[in-house]
Amino acid sequence: MKKEIIIAGFGGQGVLSMGKILAYSGLMEGKEVSWMPSYGPEQRGGTANVTVILSDAPISSPILNEFDVAIILNQPSLDKFESKVKPGGILIYDGYGIHTPVKRTDIDVYRVDAMDAVTEMQNEKAFNMLILGGLLKVSPMVKIENVLLGLKKSLPERHHKLIPMNEEAIKKGMEIIRKV
Amino acid sequence: MEDDIKLMKGNEAVAHAAIRYGVDGYFGYPITPQSEILETLTVEKPWKTTGMVVLQAESEVAAINMVYGGAGTGKRVMTSSSSPGVSLKQEGISYIAGAELPCLIVNVMRGGPGLGTIQPSQADYFQTVKGGGHGDYKLITLAPYSVQEMADFVGLGFELAFKYSNPAIILADGIIGQMMEKVVLPPFLPRKTEAEIIAETPWAAQGKPAGRKPNVITSLELDASKMEENNIRFQAKYKKISENEVRYEEFHCEDAEYLLVAFGSSARICQKVVENARNEGIKLGLLRPITLWPFPTEVINNYASKVKGILSVELNAGQMVEDIRLAVNGKVKVEHFGRLGGIVFTPDEILEAFKQKIR
Repeated sequence: MKKEIIIAGFGGQGVLSMGKILAYSGLMEGKEVSWMPSYGPEQRGGTANVTVILSDAPISSPILNEFDVAIILNQPSLDKFESKVKPGGILIYDGYGIHTPVKRTDIDVYRVDAMDAVTEMQNEKAFNMLILGGLLKVSPMVKIENVLLGLKKSLPERHHKLIPMNEEAIKKGMEIIRKV
Repeated sequence: MEDDIKLMKGNEAVAHAAIRYGVDGYFGYPITPQSEILETLTVEKPWKTTGMVVLQAESEVAAINMVYGGAGTGKRVMTSSSSPGVSLKQEGISYIAGAELPCLIVNVMRGGPGLGTIQPSQADYFQTVKGGGHGDYKLITLAPYSVQEMADFVGLGFELAFKYSNPAIILADGIIGQMMEKVVLPPFLPRKTEAEIIAETPWAAQGKPAGRKPNVITSLELDASKMEENNIRFQAKYKKISENEVRYEEFHCEDAEYLLVAFGSSARICQKVVENARNEGIKLGLLRPITLWPFPTEVINNYASKVKGILSVELNAGQMVEDIRLAVNGKVKVEHFGRLGGIVFTPDEILEAFKQKIR
């Protein structure tokens, strides 16, 4: 098993931390993992992306041309990465930030309206966990219990009280994702 | 042991490995993309556990001179920076090499010249292996290609530095510094005691016991004939290092008709290029120099008669390619492919360049 994933959006949306939690979850399953951020001078509002690879075999390049899964959280990221999804791959987007329809017909496209959901839940910090939930619904690459273990490992202890809220957000994301 | 498998950035791995190796002092100044080294040390507070000194100096120049002083007392001391900061350290590095002191320097390279960018680059190859500072000196240069090697080369760097009384440098780049991977951290070693340091480094400035001649730590020798003798001694040492410490790794080289040569993060990307090329039926191999100085000249020379062409893949405008050309001495075609100023090539770009330039 090998999954090559790009997560791309605005800085501040939790792009890098979502990738980190995914990588930690892979680690908990005994997989090889790599997490390579675009670490430009990017701040809240700028673009940010991270490449995460989960694999049963040792990982060669952390830099990739194309991806099995693209998680797209704003329009510039769609423009940049739509063409880089492998044929037969998966593209997941949040409807709030995307203004033009996805053109590819040789990939599976899913929409998860996480921004609307977190606004309704009045918990904007759960945004990336909803997206992660959506991802795990359509491509169950790691078990939820390992995501929770990964959260425990990656979060400082003082934030462990937030884990149940994150679990709830993941489940919500699994509910609201739908095929386009 | 299980507990020692961690997910962390290359920069964080350097910091943890330094504490675990029993390093006595780290002196640094923050600069992207290596600031996590100093940050991690500050979070871990090793001064409370092992007694390791962690100091943010007022500048890179101050930091390298603190390393010079610490190394002169026989302690295990290190500094880290990124390209512009490492340029500032060059005078100190030359002095440390001239005084024949062991220490570890880490350069997590970024795009230059000048202040440049903060993105990954390998454009400090020349600076590192051809001098950088003034005078005929060499740095033992280790090029990690994984977070694991970032951790492992801290210990290896100090071992080689002390074995030869010579500065060693870890030459990484923004990719290896910033990416997170699985790493098994080395076991904890206690810091050396004062008695051990005195026994192992009889040349060090430790406080003079009665009856012993003073140990003088200096790179200055105004008598040119004596300075020549010093240089002859340095060169003999460099020859010994060249004969004994070359390290490299071969990837699918057994039946290779063509060869990529790449170090550090570029070698990781080239592994994928080799996999992709072999899927297309092209017999491509990868030779990865682990020590950039001493350079695996003989190994590459041996490939000159076995392969039809060599592509040097570097995140620069063509630096290591010169050493490859010297190694093969015209026997086989050698070309270079690179991206500049902080842009990183993809596996596809490299394979395309290989097809155009070599095949």
